[in-house]
Amino acid sequence: MATTPLGTVSELRSALDAGETTSVALLEQSLARAVELDLHAMLQLRADAARAEARAADERRAAGDVRSPLDGIPIALKDNISQDGEPCGCASRILEGYVSPYDATASARLREAGAVVIGRTNMDEFAMGSSTEHSAYGPTRNPWDRERAPGGSSGGSAAAVAAGIVPLAFGSDTGGSIRQPAALCGVVGVKPSYGRVSRYGLVAFASSLDQIGPLARTSADAALGLEVVAGPDPRDSTALPDPVPRYRDGLDGDVSGLVIGLPREYFVEEGVDPGALACVRAAVAELEAAGAKTREVSLPHTQFAIATYYLVANAEASSNLSRFDGVRYGRRAPEFADLSELYRRTRSEGFGAEVKRRILLGTYVLSAGYYDAYYRKAQQVRTLIRRDLESAFSGCDLLATPTAPDPAFRIGERSGDPLRMYLSDVYTVSASLAGAAGVSTPCGFAGGLPVGLQLLAPPLGEAVMLRAADAYERRTEWHARRPPEVS
Amino acid sequence: MSRITRVEVERMAGLARLSLADEEAERLTGELDTILDYVDALARVDTVGVEPTAHPMPLATPLRQDRAEPGLAPDAALRNAPDAAGTTFRVPKVIEGGEA
Repeated sequence: MATTPLGTVSELRSALDAGETTSVALLEQSLARAVELDLHAMLQLRADAARAEARAADERRAAGDVRSPLDGIPIALKDNISQDGEPCGCASRILEGYVSPYDATASARLREAGAVVIGRTNMDEFAMGSSTEHSAYGPTRNPWDRERAPGGSSGGSAAAVAAGIVPLAFGSDTGGSIRQPAALCGVVGVKPSYGRVSRYGLVAFASSLDQIGPLARTSADAALGLEVVAGPDPRDSTALPDPVPRYRDGLDGDVSGLVIGLPREYFVEEGVDPGALACVRAAVAELEAAGAKTREVSLPHTQFAIATYYLVANAEASSNLSRFDGVRYGRRAPEFADLSELYRRTRSEGFGAEVKRRILLGTYVLSAGYYDAYYRKAQQVRTLIRRDLESAFSGCDLLATPTAPDPAFRIGERSGDPLRMYLSDVYTVSASLAGAAGVSTPCGFAGGLPVGLQLLAPPLGEAVMLRAADAYERRTEWHARRPPEVS
Repeated sequence: MSRITRVEVERMAGLARLSLADEEAERLTGELDTILDYVDALARVDTVGVEPTAHPMPLATPLRQDRAEPGLAPDAALRNAPDAAGTTFRVPKVIEGGEA
């Protein structure tokens, strides 16, 4: 390996402050590493624009005008987060050639903070998947084993952080799309409470579930990333008005007296890799040794969470994706006799198999005769799942669970079995349905592959959740491990 | 018993403005049947009197000053159009008869 992995944001910032490196040098290291490793984590590198931004960051630093702790730090954004003047393709053929005419609020805030975006990360098409295999441009490789998937849908962002291409990347999480790839790639991933981060400029998959969030090597770096993008936004009426705490200030390593609930339905042996479950149990013991109290809780509707999620999310998706019609943006089928055929050909040629499957399922459950049996029913069960979590949180500060049922699976292993793939999200979807916050942090290895510990917090509970995840990282070394092939 | 038929799948495709090749429609019918079989588990949950959740957070409707603010300029909005004419998106003729 000619290139070396980039350090954490905190390490890079210290080196910049000490004059040991420059933003330009960090960017070149980042770009060279992306090319050399060839994991297909990045769909595109914006090398020239990023170079100009890195030079400007170095000039600001020389003038004593550093904008933020992210000033001059290379980062990457998932291909569904709009950046003014850059393509935004959701890894779909239907958005071929589309260049975003505006910034997502998250992109604008990162730009104001001085972060240097190296490019767009790969994803499952329209964020529909758990492996990044549904990208129209081919899968991303897991840095721990190139034959394996990085998880998804934010697999490109997770792989880019795990491989040391960038210290910080952003993804989106609808039912687990940040937390699950973070677990499978051995990095930290945060799904903020619903509404904590503006969705303006995030291409919609399921509007009542989607959230942008950070992936990083440590919870401290993720906390910093979240602080920058979070907060109210006049362009998103679902963005919560509550002020954003300085999450970093609360990371004192202290978990004494915290009460952590262990949902009994999440610690059953069935359907989970025994090695992964052992890692999570050991992580819980570590938190207990640090002074946290644990107690068993029950989330009785857990077995219905995946079904509820797929009905709600795909109903919303079928509606959201109706905008891709070949009229206003993106790809238009070259041949058609009339407007109706223009729509049908454009959409049939532009969407991949998984997207079509979900649009059809969503259309079906919203259609006359099935709406009450499926969509309304799912919304009612969503209420019960939300109440389960509210009830659990009434006696606990946090919940601890596995993030994913298995470590990284082989590319191709599950692509022929949609239902099996959907079950990858079994531990993450309940929090999404309830609008709760979640973090996955590395907690060990099973069969040489990383395993994630998931901590869940009630809505707006990010501060205590990040404090506990950081405290765990201070006591363990799992998050500091690098994939052997790429270090 | 299958829960969804090929005819229904093709009707959904029509509603969603998708054309399915023969083999694709056949495959999707089987896949959707498997998925619907799985989600049918929800029928076992007692939801009598349970309010549906459309949204995880209580929604307020924030108001702003009624003042014009800059939006997306027409040329920027049209830049991505597959076919544009002047300040409009161009599509094939929709209304039958008359001059094109």
